[in-house]
Parts: sequence; C-alpha cells; structure tokens
Amino acid sequence: MNIFWITALGTSGACFIFKYLGHSVPESWLAHPRVQRINLLIPVALLSALVAIQSFTDKTKLVVDHRMAGVSFAIAAFIAKLPFPVAVFGAALVSAIIYRIH
Amino acid sequence: MSVKRDSLSLSFAVGVYGAAFGAASVAAHFSVLQTCAISLLTFSGASQFAAVGVVGAGGGALSAIATGALLGTRNGLYAVRMAPLLRVKGFKRIVAAQVTIDESTGIALAQKNEDEARIGFWWTGFGVFIFWNLFTLLGALSAGLLKDPAAYGLDALVPAAFVGLVWPRLSGRKSYVLAALAFICALSLAPFVPAGVPIISTSLLAIVVGWRQ
Repeated sequence: MNIFWITALGTSGACFIFKYLGHSVPESWLAHPRVQRINLLIPVALLSALVAIQSFTDKTKLVVDHRMAGVSFAIAAFIAKLPFPVAVFGAALVSAIIYRIH
Repeated sequence: MSVKRDSLSLSFAVGVYGAAFGAASVAAHFSVLQTCAISLLTFSGASQFAAVGVVGAGGGALSAIATGALLGTRNGLYAVRMAPLLRVKGFKRIVAAQVTIDESTGIALAQKNEDEARIGFWWTGFGVFIFWNLFTLLGALSAGLLKDPAAYGLDALVPAAFVGLVWPRLSGRKSYVLAALAFICALSLAPFVPAGVPIISTSLLAIVVGWRQ
C-alpha cells in the first residue's frame, strides 16, 4: 500500500461512513442550528484554502507563476456565469499559454 | 415525466466535471486505476479534488483523508434529510448512501411531492454516478498521455476547479469573510508547517465563524 492507495481508500471509507450514518441516525441528532451552520461553512474554508495553496505554493514555498493567470481566468469566468467546464478548462488553457511563453 | 428529464440533464452536466477530476488526479501522480477507484468509491466531487489536491501539493495521506472526509460531512446531513423520504434498509440503504450527494439531494428537495422526490433522488444519483465515473476515466486516460502536465495547464485546472466548487457556496457576509480568512491563513502557514496542515487547519476558522449566529 502506497500513499496513493491509502488516500484513495481512506477518503472513500470516511466519506461513505458519513453518508451511511446520515441514513441511519434519527433526524433530531443533527438538527442543532450550530451544527447546520458550521456544516455549511466548513467547505467554504477548506475550498478557499485549497484555492490558495494550489495557486500560490510550490512545495512549502510561496510563489506567483503561470497558475495565477489560469485561476484569474476561472474567477472571471465564474463572475460571467460561464459553465464549470468552460471556466476550468479555459483556466488550464490560459495557464498553459503563459507557461509556454516563459 | 419532467423530473426524469431534469435528473438526466443535470447528471450529464455534472458528470462532465469528472473529466476535470480524472485529469487533476493523474496530474497529482495517482494512477488511472486509483483515479477511477476514487470516483467509484468516494463519489463526492469536492472530497475527491481535495484528497488528490493535498497529495499533489506534497501532503501526507492523513491530511488528505481528513480534508476529504471533512468535505464529505455535508453528505451525511443530506442523508439525514433523505432517510425519511427513502425509508430503505439493508443493501438498498448502502446504495442510497453512496448516491447521497449535492445533486441527488438538491433535485429531490426541489420536487413538489414525495413520489417525484424519490424518482429525482434515484435518477440523479445513478445518473451522476454513471456519467461522473465515465468522464473520470476519459479525463484520466487523456491526462495520462501528457508528459509535462504544466505545459497543458493541468496544474491550474485544480485550483480553478476549487474556485468553481466554492463559488456557489459564497452567500452572505460571513461566508466571504471566512473565505478570505481561510485563504490568508493557509498561505501564512504554508512555509512553516507540513503540506496539508494549512488546509485542514482552516476548518477551525469555520467552527469559530459559525459558532454564533
């Protein structure tokens, strides 16, 4: 087992447990407004952190490179309400162009 | 019936994202087989992108799993909403659990009566499952042909996908403040702690920001 299989199977197992527990516990258990609020906010925090790390770091160094151009394109595309695949593959295209120019 | 048509068109539109995941996962050095296993077994977009993203950025398996798992908790809350509607046991409950995701729950909650809600849940659940896994394979195979992923922009595709995943969740002042804090916090920690830790640690910010109304 290497890190890739451990990650693949571990993430799968953990995600399935949450899905299955949700189908099995009484609805009242998770009805607390605080639980609901935090549950909505956790993805906002983690996904924003992932945008930051994936755009501006290389290993543990902070960097600004071709990826920023791609991500900027994606943000503009989402503001313009373009569909997800257009925004994401467009971002890849823009980033690739800048990478090749350098 | 329009609920079936809605379910299938949503399934296809969402399933296409699977190609982005397949490409991102291969760019993070997962094999095609591992990539397909993640889509089949994890079957939750944000968790999948996060897990391969953390490993791709040099993080360990534990922080990858923890980040993926935390992004998967919301499916548990969807399941709590869906359980009284579906009332399934045994193997059917296992299947229902696996296809309890943003889209199947969203379609079910948008229906006017319980019968249509159940149809919407199952059609969307299975529909997304089929297209998501199919496009994952296509994306992984295509990306596997590329020698230098950065030359094709695959290293920007991942953060761009995260922008797309967080975008619909930004509504209200709190979420914008939290997004900005998490962004700054992750970059501030990155040079000093092991990869993966800056990401998972921002879940604490979510708890602090969400504690009070």
